[in-house]
Amino acid sequence: MSQAPFGRRPLTVTGIDELGAYRVLRVADTDGPRAGWEEQGSLVPGQFAMLAAAERWGGGDGERPYLPRAFSIARRTDSESHFLLEDVGPGTRRLCELRAGDGLWVLGPLGRGFTAGGRDLDRRRALLVGGGVGIAPLAILQDTFAADAAATEVTVLLGFRDSARAHGAALLSDAQVATDDGSVGHHGLVTELLATELERDPHAVVYACGPAGMLEGVRALCADTGTPAQLALEAGMACGFGACFGCVVPKRGGGYLRVCVDGPVVDAAELEHVEHHAGAPA
Amino acid sequence: MSVQFCGLTLAHPIINGSGTFDAIAARRAFGEQLLNAFPFSAYVSKTITLEPRIGNPPPRLWETPAGLINSIGLPNKGLDGYLREDLPQLAELIAGARIEGGDGTPVQLITNVMGASAEELARLVQACDGRAEIAAIELNVSCPNVKTGLDIGADPAQLEQVVRAVRGATAKPLIVKLTPNTAAVPVCAQAAEEAGADAVSLINTLRATALAPRKAGQRLSDRSDRWLGGGSGGQSGPAIRAVALAQVAAVAARVAVPVIGMGGVQSSAHARDLLDVGATLVAVGTESFRDPAAGSRIAQGL
Repeated sequence: MSQAPFGRRPLTVTGIDELGAYRVLRVADTDGPRAGWEEQGSLVPGQFAMLAAAERWGGGDGERPYLPRAFSIARRTDSESHFLLEDVGPGTRRLCELRAGDGLWVLGPLGRGFTAGGRDLDRRRALLVGGGVGIAPLAILQDTFAADAAATEVTVLLGFRDSARAHGAALLSDAQVATDDGSVGHHGLVTELLATELERDPHAVVYACGPAGMLEGVRALCADTGTPAQLALEAGMACGFGACFGCVVPKRGGGYLRVCVDGPVVDAAELEHVEHHAGAPA
Repeated sequence: MSVQFCGLTLAHPIINGSGTFDAIAARRAFGEQLLNAFPFSAYVSKTITLEPRIGNPPPRLWETPAGLINSIGLPNKGLDGYLREDLPQLAELIAGARIEGGDGTPVQLITNVMGASAEELARLVQACDGRAEIAAIELNVSCPNVKTGLDIGADPAQLEQVVRAVRGATAKPLIVKLTPNTAAVPVCAQAAEEAGADAVSLINTLRATALAPRKAGQRLSDRSDRWLGGGSGGQSGPAIRAVALAQVAAVAARVAVPVIGMGGVQSSAHARDLLDVGATLVAVGTESFRDPAAGSRIAQGL
């Protein structure tokens, strides 16, 4: 797993691209690690960064934002890191306003990412299941599988609320899409697509990121079918490196996991349920 | 820039506030770079209690204008777990820590403890006294998000009694972390000094709460509408800086023992304000959440 440079880094925005209801924020990052698996000391898919605009961070709605915001690293090129944004609060709104040349504080990569369980378990099929803005870490995960010599078969299943959000599917290749309103693809839940795929070929590993309700559906389905699953969780956090103890979720058997340092990617078996995490600063 | 504090030599006046920097987790995130540019001249542990605590249910955080409310609930492994697992790791970590631009002055380890009674605190202090890795002990008599032992520090008579009871349990420097949630902060500081405290630290977080998001016209139903897992929490960040400055100034004018000032410090100028009103050391807390290297930046700018 890649360790982060100690201290937040001032980086420069290279551009922001519209993707339906989402924005892809691109940042110049020539020094940071490239994507790969943990054993290569790389930036691991599922790792995240804490972002804050260098200017006018604060002074928005309710004089917020104050804290940096956690975002999965959605893609890594030789020269850029990409983040997927949705304007849902004062922090994400300010980040969506950024333009090429603007400054951005970046702390990361942080946390534990996905592992290439397909090789360890001799399961050659990876099912990537994403919902909404939570599809972000699955893009870099798909890239990493594609660059991997292990030739894992990758199937991508993505769920969105509506057609504006379904444009986000373009972040990945060859995705099957479900929408809540039926405007694009399957009319229903992405977990229904997952159930069909698992029926067709249960010999797979599931990698999922999305809203708590979707992740709980994935967890329950995988528990029922005995399918190994890695879930990328989201929680409001102040720091991202284990200092604030604010981002906890209950773990199986009692006590809490810190999403930032024990996750954000956890083995589904570590959780009794995926609970909606209230209070995430947006 | 080295500074004397209760017989300890520290490389600079910037330390961390208890519970705002988990050095063990930070080492996992940042590796050796943390040790090569350690941000604090002394490292203060999170609060240790006799028994293990899992902490409050989420939500534990709420962002406010210029700050945040936390309702963490002091999760820790308990005294035995701390002494057995964390203390050796922390001691090894800070023994290898170097301060940027420092002259090799070692980083010191301060352990923060909280008990619901004088007896509990005395047991904690005595156990810490027996460990050479610990340079000083800080008493948490003020953490506002825990129901037990909460108000010891708000009443000068109780505070004096408790500090007197634990004073005999250690020869190490004893720091009393004062609560800001009382009308008589300087009086409490004086009570701690008279009972034998070697230093006082302030301010802890200000008691605060937040309500569950709800639609206009929707009434609060019951206690579950208190948004934070602990029902209430503590406000920190720049929002409390001016309050901290006033309380630190008032306490420093009242006591002869050294004062550790903290509250909303984000820059060297903020730290200088606290030093100029009489603090010997300045602690950085919430700003480290925004940038883990903030302590180094603030120390270097002094």
